[in-house]
Amino acid sequence: MARRYLPVVAFAVLLVAIQLATRFTDTPYYLTQLTMTAYYSLIIVGLCMLIGYAGQISLGHAGFFAIGGYVTAFLTTCNLKPHPGFIVSLLSKTGVLVARPDAYGGDLLTVHPWLACVVAILLTVAIAYLVGGPVLKLKGHYLAMATLGFGIIVYRMVLGTEFLGAADGISDVPGFPLLSGVSIIGKSSARVSNYYLAWGLVILGMVLLLNLIHSRVGRALAAVHGAEDAAGAMGIPTARYKLNTFVLSAVFAALAGVLLTHYNGGIGPSEAGVMKSVRYVAIVAIGGMANLWGALSMSLVLNYLSLRGYFGTYDDAVFGVILILIMLFAPDGLLRRHLLSDLKRATFRNPVDEEAP
Amino acid sequence: MTLLSVRGVSKRFGGLQAVNDLSFDVAAGSIKALIGPNGAGKTTIFNLISGFLPPDSGEIVFGDTEIHGMSSCEVATRGMVRTFQHIRLFPKMTVLENIMVGRHVHSRAGFLAGMLNLPFTWGEERRIREKSFEIMEMLGLVAHAGTEAISLAYGQQRVVEVGRALACEPKLLLLDEPAAGLNMRETNEMGRLISRIRDMGVTVLLVEHDMSLVMKISDEIVVVSYGEKIAEDRPLAIQKNREVIRVYLGDDEC
Repeated sequence: MARRYLPVVAFAVLLVAIQLATRFTDTPYYLTQLTMTAYYSLIIVGLCMLIGYAGQISLGHAGFFAIGGYVTAFLTTCNLKPHPGFIVSLLSKTGVLVARPDAYGGDLLTVHPWLACVVAILLTVAIAYLVGGPVLKLKGHYLAMATLGFGIIVYRMVLGTEFLGAADGISDVPGFPLLSGVSIIGKSSARVSNYYLAWGLVILGMVLLLNLIHSRVGRALAAVHGAEDAAGAMGIPTARYKLNTFVLSAVFAALAGVLLTHYNGGIGPSEAGVMKSVRYVAIVAIGGMANLWGALSMSLVLNYLSLRGYFGTYDDAVFGVILILIMLFAPDGLLRRHLLSDLKRATFRNPVDEEAP
Repeated sequence: MTLLSVRGVSKRFGGLQAVNDLSFDVAAGSIKALIGPNGAGKTTIFNLISGFLPPDSGEIVFGDTEIHGMSSCEVATRGMVRTFQHIRLFPKMTVLENIMVGRHVHSRAGFLAGMLNLPFTWGEERRIREKSFEIMEMLGLVAHAGTEAISLAYGQQRVVEVGRALACEPKLLLLDEPAAGLNMRETNEMGRLISRIRDMGVTVLLVEHDMSLVMKISDEIVVVSYGEKIAEDRPLAIQKNREVIRVYLGDDEC
């Protein structure tokens, strides 16, 4: 038990140290990208559960992120004021609608972010079950292609839908009132609280997933990953377990989409792009697939570097190259012992030796 | 009392009639062996019984439930567990974890309970562990508990696979060639283990090529050839059965 939670404490200490460092070096603007990194890390750890532990690939998780983000963005910006009627007045009486001024001083009547979030998550669960049910019957390349197809469909749909802002996306999304007085919002005055909020959610997610992989279900998933037929013969409902893990990881992605959209104040179609999905898979791979901490730490580093613009216009290319290099030279990820000696062997090995059993 | 009843089961793969109108019963508390020349359809019969393949026709009744057409998972939850001709242990998992997976059908913590680490799962996990150690003790595997299962010697991997199946506490244990690839000493040990499992009250149905093992431990033997039953009797009678001798050794005229 202590071995499970000790890294959580260490990670929390690291996060505090980072915040203090930005404070003493007077560079609080780094916290903005670090907060965004936190939300992307939520997708990563959920995807790590699916790829690393349940052994199922998904190249469509940016799609779930976008579903979460777009649903909340649409519901919290769509003005119901010009549409008075019985339903609208009933909804506003129950408190699920909020009135607020828009950027030009006009009046807005929109859905409360909490309700929008709930709708986004429920819709994601429904779509994930509908897509995952048939798609997870596929294996390997076929599963990768099918999920890739799903991602492309979501991307083209948000890009081609007028009321979702088409190529412009949706902006002017309000903050998310998480607790009284604390909102998820991108204002510079709320940088520190949002940094801790976001990473607190990541830690919460990590604890849930760490518990899961050390539970009966986690063992069953590892068994499904290792030898699916034998797992079935032990009475594990393999299809249901794979599907549940798929939906769970989709919920992590959608929740990240919802919160990051409120933090950024908007969302655009690039968030649904295929290259985003590839990026998430690349980060899980470089973290070592079945390694939640590896995936999280790689996500922290790479997402931060990317968001700070270190990769310049080659942003997507960098993640593609990472994926190729990892698959070629370190398929077990970067963060493990004997990495250097393994790399040496991989680089200088005789390819003929590989063929021998 | 009959625990498993196979009634008129057939299975065809394209132009090949793999199993043809096969019927036999397995009595509760017995060891029954299924033998036959290579390609006789023995593993197909196992796959049909354990839910890996649906039969084209016929009935399979386990206890008082018709199980034909059920998935392997549903069959396992009803108390029938199998091992594989080619060992199918879970890689990257220790011997202990492999056997703990066998306790799956006797525990119930789901996704939510697992994620929230609910208190009721603590006791359940402890009981899974205790039972797994009990089984490892019986099989002499405790020293290897923390070893990755697929790094063990072949003979021990077979024992782990049997242990994983025993962890399910099955009513019926299907063993697909449990002695394949084992040396003579290991084969003898496997024979003793199978007898012990029967004495624990678990009914055993096995496919095996090692005739000395089959003759020594079986209570009854079914012989199949080209998917059809040609004999069903006690070991001594099977040894004298002319048809069986013909199938195995060829005709006198040859």
